[in-house]
Amino acid sequence: MTAYLIKRILWMIPMLIGISLISFFIMHLAPGDVTSNESSFNPRASEESRQKLRELYNLDKPVIIQYGLWLKRIIELDFGNSFASHQKPVLWERKDKSGNITKGLIQESLPITLMINLLGIFIIFTISICLGTLSAVRQNTWVDRSITLFVFIAFAIPGFWLALLLMYWTGVSNQWLPISGLHSPGFENLSSFGQFIDLLKHLVLPVSISSLSGLAGISLYVRNGMLDILHQDFITTARSKGLQENKIVFIHALKNAILPLITIIGLSIPGLIGGSVIAESIFAIPGMGKLFYDSVLMRDFPVIMGILTIGSVLTLIGNLLADIGYAWADPRVRKGLVK
Amino acid sequence: MKKFLIFTIFIYSLLLISCSKKDSEVIDYNKKFMINPGGSLINAMTGEPSNLIAMIAGDSASSAIAGNIFNSLIKYDENLEYAPDLAESWQISNNQKTITFKLKKGLKWQDGKPLTSSDVLFTWKLITNPNTRTPYASDYQLVIKAETPNPLTFQITYADSYAPALDTWASLHILPKHILENEDINNTFFSRNPIGSSYYKLDNWISGQQVTLKANEKSISGPPFIKKLISRIIPDTSSQFLELTADNIDVMNINPIQYQRVFPAKKDLQRKIELYKELGNGYTYLGFNLKKAPFNDIKVRQALNYAIDKDEVIKGVLLGLGESISSPYKPGTRWNNPNLNPYPYNPKKALKLLNKAGYIKNDKGILLKNGKPLKFEIITNQNKQREMTAVLIQRRLQEIGVEVSIRVIEWASFVNRFIKTGDFDVVVLGWSLSLDPDQYNIWHSSQQGPGQFNFLGYSNKNVDKLLEVGRKELNILKREKIYHEFSKYLLEDSPIVYLYAGYSLSAVHKRVKGIKQPSPPAGIYHNNYDWFIPKPLRRNEIME
Repeated sequence: MTAYLIKRILWMIPMLIGISLISFFIMHLAPGDVTSNESSFNPRASEESRQKLRELYNLDKPVIIQYGLWLKRIIELDFGNSFASHQKPVLWERKDKSGNITKGLIQESLPITLMINLLGIFIIFTISICLGTLSAVRQNTWVDRSITLFVFIAFAIPGFWLALLLMYWTGVSNQWLPISGLHSPGFENLSSFGQFIDLLKHLVLPVSISSLSGLAGISLYVRNGMLDILHQDFITTARSKGLQENKIVFIHALKNAILPLITIIGLSIPGLIGGSVIAESIFAIPGMGKLFYDSVLMRDFPVIMGILTIGSVLTLIGNLLADIGYAWADPRVRKGLVK
Repeated sequence: MKKFLIFTIFIYSLLLISCSKKDSEVIDYNKKFMINPGGSLINAMTGEPSNLIAMIAGDSASSAIAGNIFNSLIKYDENLEYAPDLAESWQISNNQKTITFKLKKGLKWQDGKPLTSSDVLFTWKLITNPNTRTPYASDYQLVIKAETPNPLTFQITYADSYAPALDTWASLHILPKHILENEDINNTFFSRNPIGSSYYKLDNWISGQQVTLKANEKSISGPPFIKKLISRIIPDTSSQFLELTADNIDVMNINPIQYQRVFPAKKDLQRKIELYKELGNGYTYLGFNLKKAPFNDIKVRQALNYAIDKDEVIKGVLLGLGESISSPYKPGTRWNNPNLNPYPYNPKKALKLLNKAGYIKNDKGILLKNGKPLKFEIITNQNKQREMTAVLIQRRLQEIGVEVSIRVIEWASFVNRFIKTGDFDVVVLGWSLSLDPDQYNIWHSSQQGPGQFNFLGYSNKNVDKLLEVGRKELNILKREKIYHEFSKYLLEDSPIVYLYAGYSLSAVHKRVKGIKQPSPPAGIYHNNYDWFIPKPLRRNEIME
């Protein structure tokens, strides 16, 4: 097992280099660089100053040399500074000589996105497992059909549209919830419990909207897994032993049915750091989706590469964790009985 | 396009949910109120400011916030004429090469330190320093000598008289020497924690969410009435609009659909929100690649100009909220030549001109010259209004037998792949209606290199000469004549078709008083320090 783990981890290094190389080249295939954003298309801004900027950021050098420079920095875990005029560090905060701290871009955006996505995943999994089990137990009844219908509607409905409707309904006509942002004005004057409640209120809509579309996939997954299990011999055995139906469903069947979800959780780890551009724009949440989108439009290469690198590391780790988790949870996999 | 779609669906959805909001109490916002200082104003902006040092930042969000914190030597007043700011007066020498600014007495930075001519000199040195990453240095590098004979006097000398000089000093924010002297201006805490001299100072900045300014009691012109300016960053304009409807923000920029369709339909909004319109700072044009046939033929350009119905474009794209123009200057200002008129819509005349240029209609109604059809591609960037404009133009040109295709491209690719390489037929783009009339960088024939701004390839000896003279003439009346003449040539040559100058539309909650209606040429924001919020109308959730 240990040898297997070490092998897996070592394999990640060439994979990472490959991923970063490909992303770096694809990124440079798009025409333009940071000097060609819309606000620099200004007759008062001279071409010489743009050229100066290009030289400063080594954008005039061949792509392969730029990649080498980037790799050299990244090996020292230095993600560099953004090309934008604020020059914020890409990853983590920096202190200047007089002690002023400039926070990193990812450092600022990641916690918000992570919080929303974790809450989202938690909600998706709890609700999906309930819905999936219910539809499996009541297979082909009106309960099953209406659950399926509901999750498909939730999946198909355009999130931004529903978001705007809900914002209007809960924020404008009823004033139950705030409309956008993460804090109310006057937030700094609230007690810390008040701040927490304020934050939760702001999160209700974004988290529900982002969870809705995820229900369909997982609940159907649970339903089908559950149906498979419920038709297996050991369940029949349990029934014939006279076990209570509740016990059969929730202890014997459910445990087996949710095993495959471990893989899904593992695979959704990289998704945790990604945010939806549309949802973040509508709810005015400064998360990772908007950060990535804006840096692509601006051709802010260090930020793009920073996010991609972290994303690929997390993907690889997620895959690894999923495999390990599966082995841990399922004795059959551990013992090599099934692959 | 996506935003438009989102917005349309949103409007229909609003209609679907019949709104059932009850008003608990009716406040009469139109009463007369006493002026008393205090209160907070919340506005919405779509992007976060990047850097509050304006010479380094390029984005509009940064300049909007920095403009409340910093002063320049002079500024534009509500009629867009020069007015004192830090300088109480300025004098131009007889040879027109030296300008002497006299600073007001007793100026102070927000930290209490005196603001003197050495700060001005420091700022000039900073922007002309080759290590400073500013795109705007070239105007200031023309100064050959800058002196401070005493703490209240700042004197600059140009090698040759330079007419846009005052405009450049009106846009340069003066920065504090005592703080920035030993800082790396490109990468300093100051860009997010500035020390300024104007009406407001930075209170706090929550990254990605909001920037709060509070009144600067040491402001050189006295503190403003409104004590707090909160700018919330809300990228989506539909969400901004919901926040405005729910009373959570006071000011936002709106689009023509909101102005013409949503507001007239909603009585409860009209009761509490006032709309303002003013001519915006830019115009949209259709530009020909003059280095390419058939656009090197003036008859073809003029014909296409006659064949485009500008009024239709303004009605269709801006819902009538724009003006057609005939020079690159704001209508109503001195630089605009009142004797010029846009090319009227006249397809017959267009056809006649095209016939003269050698194009004959075949039996299918397509214009041909030597067997080749008149056919080109309009490119534009992802901008809803420009896309719609291109579509309307396409239809009108099709009617006279010209085949037009449209391509919409993301901005950076647009500039690098097409504009810089000159690989395009026709563009739909915009320029700003600059306050100083100098347009040397856009129209002089020497400015056609890659990355320069005469990318259409316009060259006219008379225009070159006028642009050169106009740059050196500081006498305002003589200058006016020069640019009237320049506009005439430009209209005649028709290197671009002026399409429209759109209005900039704002919605402001009626609790905010002191805004000029109708807006003066400089726009409603020029006197935002005179705005006030009467005590009974203030929000109570924000403690002061």
